[in-house]
Order: sequence, then C-alpha cells, then structure tokens
Amino acid sequence: MKQFTSNPFYKFILFPIGQILVFALGASLVLSLFTVLLAYIFRAGITGFDLVERVLLILPQVVINGLTIGFVYSTIALGYTMVYGVLEFINFSHSEIFMVGGIVGVELMAYFDHTGALQTMNQYVIIALAILLGMVISGSLAVTVERVAYRPLRGAPRLVPLISAIGMSFFLQDAVRLILSLTTGEFNVILPNFGTFDEFLVVAVPGIATPLRFQIKSILLVGVTVLMLVGLNYLVNGTKIGKAIRAVAQDRPSASLMGINVNMIISITFLIGGALGGAAGVLFALKATKLDPFVGFFPGLKAFTAAVLGGIGNLTGALLGGLILGLLESFSASYLSTFTNGAFGAEYKDILAFAILILVLILRPSGLLGQTVGQKA
Amino acid sequence: MGKLLELTNVHSYYGHIHALKGISLYVEEGEIVTLIGSNGAGKSTTLRTISGIIHAREGKVQLGGKDITHTEPHLVVGQGVGHVPEGRGIFPKLTVQENLDMGAFTVNDQKIIDDRAELVFELFPRLKERITQFGGTLSGGEQQMLAIGRGLMQNPRILMLDEPSMGLAPVLVDVIFDTIKKLNEQGTTILLVEQNALMALSIAHRGYVLQTGSIVLTDDAAKLKKNEMVQKTYLGID
Ligand SMILES: Nc1ncnc2c1ncn2[C@@H]1O[C@H](COP(=O)(O)OP(=O)(O)OP(=O)(O)O)[C@@H](O)[C@H]1O
Ligand SMILES: [Mg+2]
Repeated sequence: MKQFTSNPFYKFILFPIGQILVFALGASLVLSLFTVLLAYIFRAGITGFDLVERVLLILPQVVINGLTIGFVYSTIALGYTMVYGVLEFINFSHSEIFMVGGIVGVELMAYFDHTGALQTMNQYVIIALAILLGMVISGSLAVTVERVAYRPLRGAPRLVPLISAIGMSFFLQDAVRLILSLTTGEFNVILPNFGTFDEFLVVAVPGIATPLRFQIKSILLVGVTVLMLVGLNYLVNGTKIGKAIRAVAQDRPSASLMGINVNMIISITFLIGGALGGAAGVLFALKATKLDPFVGFFPGLKAFTAAVLGGIGNLTGALLGGLILGLLESFSASYLSTFTNGAFGAEYKDILAFAILILVLILRPSGLLGQTVGQKA
Repeated sequence: MGKLLELTNVHSYYGHIHALKGISLYVEEGEIVTLIGSNGAGKSTTLRTISGIIHAREGKVQLGGKDITHTEPHLVVGQGVGHVPEGRGIFPKLTVQENLDMGAFTVNDQKIIDDRAELVFELFPRLKERITQFGGTLSGGEQQMLAIGRGLMQNPRILMLDEPSMGLAPVLVDVIFDTIKKLNEQGTTILLVEQNALMALSIAHRGYVLQTGSIVLTDDAAKLKKNEMVQKTYLGID
C-alpha cells in the first residue's frame, strides 16, 4: 500500500483528479437528493403542475451550471487561501487581480479580432494565449502589489495591511478604468464573438427524458481549471518550492533558518495565487462576455466566502468550498421560484446561498476542512 | 585557527527593550564555546542576532572576517551558520523526513542529503522509526532530536545550539553532548547555549557568562567551572 501511495502517478495525477471528482459529484448528489426530497414533501401542496417532475426536468442542467461557476470560485478561492495560509492575511485586492486577468484576456482577443487573426487562428490556441497572458499579467501584478503595498507593513498590526489591501482594491479598479478610458474611450470590454464556444455538446442519457447539454465554454472552463488544480497540487506537494511554501506557512523564522528565502517564497505564493486568479478571470470572461473594472467584486467576495467555507488556509477546502458555493447558487437561482410559486425569483439566490453558508459556519466555525496550507493537500 | 565568528560591541533591541548591551565575543575555528546565564540574560538573543533573525542596531557581527551584521538569515545560513533555535522550531505539519529535508534545503546533491540523513538516523534511531510521522506529533524529546538532526543536515561550519538538552531524559542528554563533542572532533565549530552549565562547561573549551545583556565574565571552561561566582550562581554549588 505504501508503495502504491508513494507512486508519483497516483499521488499527483490520480489522487487529485479523484478528489475533484468525488467533491464535484458528492456535492452535486447531496444537493440534488435534498432538493428532490423537498419536492416530494411539497408536491401535494402545489396544484397545477407536478413539482417533482419540474424539479427533475432541469436538474442536470442546474448541476452543470453550478459546477461550472463553482470551478471558477474554487480557482479564485485558491488565491485567497494560499496567501492566507502563508501570511495569515486576507488579500482583498485578489478580486481585482482576477478582474485584471479577465480584462487582459478579453483585450487580447479583441486585438486578435482587430488584426483578423481571430477568424483564422485555431480557437483553442487563442484561448490558451489569452489565459497565459492573463496568468502572466495577474501573477506579476499580484507580486508587485505584495511588494509595494503589503511587505512594508509586514510588522504592523493586522488591521493595517488589511486596510492597505482594500485601498489597493480601489486603486486597481480606478487604474484599470483610467487606462481603459484613455486607450479605448470606454471602460466596458466586450468579448468578440468567435469560434464554437457557445454551441452545446448534447449527450442523450438513457433513462433521462431531456438530453444533457454541455456548453463548449463550460467544458473548456472545467477542463482548464481541473488541469490547473492538478498542477497546483503537484507544485505544492511534489516540489522543493512547494515544501518551502509549506514550511514558511508553518514557521517563518524556522524556515529562514533552513536557508529558505522567506520573502521570495511569499512572492512565489502571490505569483501562483495571482496567476490562478488571472486564469479564472479569462475563463469567467468567456461566460460573462462583458467586463468592466468593477466586475471582480462579487466573484471575489464569493470566492473568499468559498475559501472560508472550506476552511481558510486549506487548499482542498478552497476547492470544495468553491464547488459547494457554485452549486448552492445555481440551485437557489433555478429552484427558488419553483418552490415558492414565483414569490421569490432567481434574484434572491444569494440570500439562500449565504443563509446556508452561515448555517454551515455556525456549525463548523473553522470551515468544512479547517486546517492550513502547511498541511498537505 | 582564526576567528570564525566575532561580535564586537553588539546592541540588539526588541522594540524598545534593550536586550543586548554591547556584547563582544568570538569563536575560533574548531572550538566549542558556551554561553551561560540565567533566564532572560540574552543568550537566545545573541544567537538570533548572529543568524540575522534580528539585526544588531549597533556594533558588528563578522563571519570569517566578513560583515554579516545586516545579512538576512537565509544568506547567513548559506554561509555555513547552523542555528538550532530554542523551542525547536519543528515544522509541525511536515513529516520527520520532510523536516530533515528542509534542513538540507541549501544542498542540491541528493547523495549528500541521503548520507547526512543516514548519519542523523545513526545518532537518533528513534527518528528513523518515525520517519513518516508529522513533526508536531512527536514527543518533546523526539522533537528536540529532530531539531538537532535537522541542524546537522545543513552540515554547517559553525553550529549554534540553543539549549539542546531541554526536555530530554538524562540518557539522551548524554547522547546529545557526546554528539556535540564528536561533531566538534570532526571539525564543526560549536556555539552552545545551555541551562545545564555544568555539562556545557565540561565539553566546552571556553565560555562566556551573560547577565542582563552584558558579558560579565569569560575564561577557559575549566577555569569557569572553578570560579566562585559561576559555581554559586549557575552550578548551584555553595
Ligand atoms: N520577541 C521578543 N520581544 C520582546 N522582548 C523579548 C523577545 N525575546 C526576548 N525578549 C527579551 O529579551 C531579553 C533576553 O531574552 P533571551 O530570550 O535572549 O534570554 P535567554 O538568555 O535566552 O533566556 P532563557 O534562558 O530563558 O532562554 C529578555 O528580557 C526577554 O524578555
Ligand atoms: Mg533562551
């Protein structure tokens, strides 16, 4: 057994993918069962249509939508949680790092559109380039922000860097708005239309009335995030740098006595978190199609919540928290009006999602998997 | 046999607390030098000032003639200074093996790392039995072994040990002191901080006595052992 578990293929490929699958399917299953159960309970009280039938009809789509946005939240949440694990500091400007990634990605595609390359190049190459650029820019930006706005305050009381982070957040929003206004004349950026991303892959499953419809975008989004999650797991658990990150997270002075350059490790942590945020931004832009400098706020806040839900500082927790939050949101958006007979619409989705969240945190204050980054994922 | 480490008129502070008030001391290559003193005298602070965890506000720290007063700790370590801190500083959520690997962070040759780990396991067979266990779940004594073992993984030119015998059973204290002696015979210079002044003075060549941030006495270890003040205050002999 020991030999099996120390096999790198198992440890760095099979295990993380298995974990993602278990989390995604597990959370989906629990929520689905719960919803169906509720439908059976309230079935009798609702006349005019069969509640259970209506719930089941859209259930697969609700799950798919929830997981798609869930993976975006997970990827952003990892940035919050990594930085928290190492510095015990909540990097509130991470939502703007995410926003910058998205805008940079869209701007690159707009540029390709302008030069005509958008129609001639392979659509996946374009996306890959946009994601890469988003990662590089957001990663470097995160490193710079740490260097300029957080590092000088490292010895200060905890609230001080927090305020600095909030200030940084506003600064980045306005800086992006300024740059966009000066260069393009307006601060909305719109994803140019290209490729087959909006099309659906339709899979008929025997036993289910409606076939499952996977939007190409969503498949791409999930595929890329899973790839990044596997990569991150390898980086943190399989490399010397990762070991150093965990050591710094657990005991900073001791780590420096091992010859580890603590400041460099902190920069690397911001680089990784920022790059993940940037990639998430580009993927989010594919779904949202229209971005402005303030678009990071809600996804950022939700990802932060996801990180807390999973247990801030814990990488696996961020993944789980993001998926759960995405699913909660999708379920609330789709079923709230069904169950309340239209009294509450989809716009109340956050109330329900966050009410459930508060409940979880009351029961488990340290989050679902409350441990730290130092811990092996 | 030159001076490997030298502190000249070093002043260190924690905020406003003036912890070291003009310390001067040196360690020659190949020596065991011990630093004794009561609680709060500034022994740990002296080691922290050398390894760069805190920086002297005044005065100079030199390693092999090079000024390292303001050098960052990871670079001081890179120049061959090993520091096994007080309170062990084990990484609680890394395994014993990973903790040892961290000790050899600056070493890139896996063969050297394996050889040194072998040496550590020879000294502390207990660690080998617990190789996959998390550092934080070891007993106090085992953590102390791990801290010292991790220090050895660095194979430093000068190893600074801050109260290595703390919390260990007498048999193990003997093992630790034998180890220190053996290491020294193999060429490692040692700067030893100890509560157990008698043991420390028994293996050291020279010693310094620290009192509230200042050095009040220095001599050969054998002579310090016979000094009336030392006997009274630190050896508990009336
Ligand atoms: N992190 C710190 N912040 C503020 N004051 C400190 C800090 N560390 C040590 N001091 C103070 O500096 C002085 C010297 O402390 P130091 O730890 O060097 O003593 P020591 O000789 O190692 O004592 P012990 O034998 O108890 O370990 C003490 O008065 C202590 O209270
Ligand atoms: Mg001390």
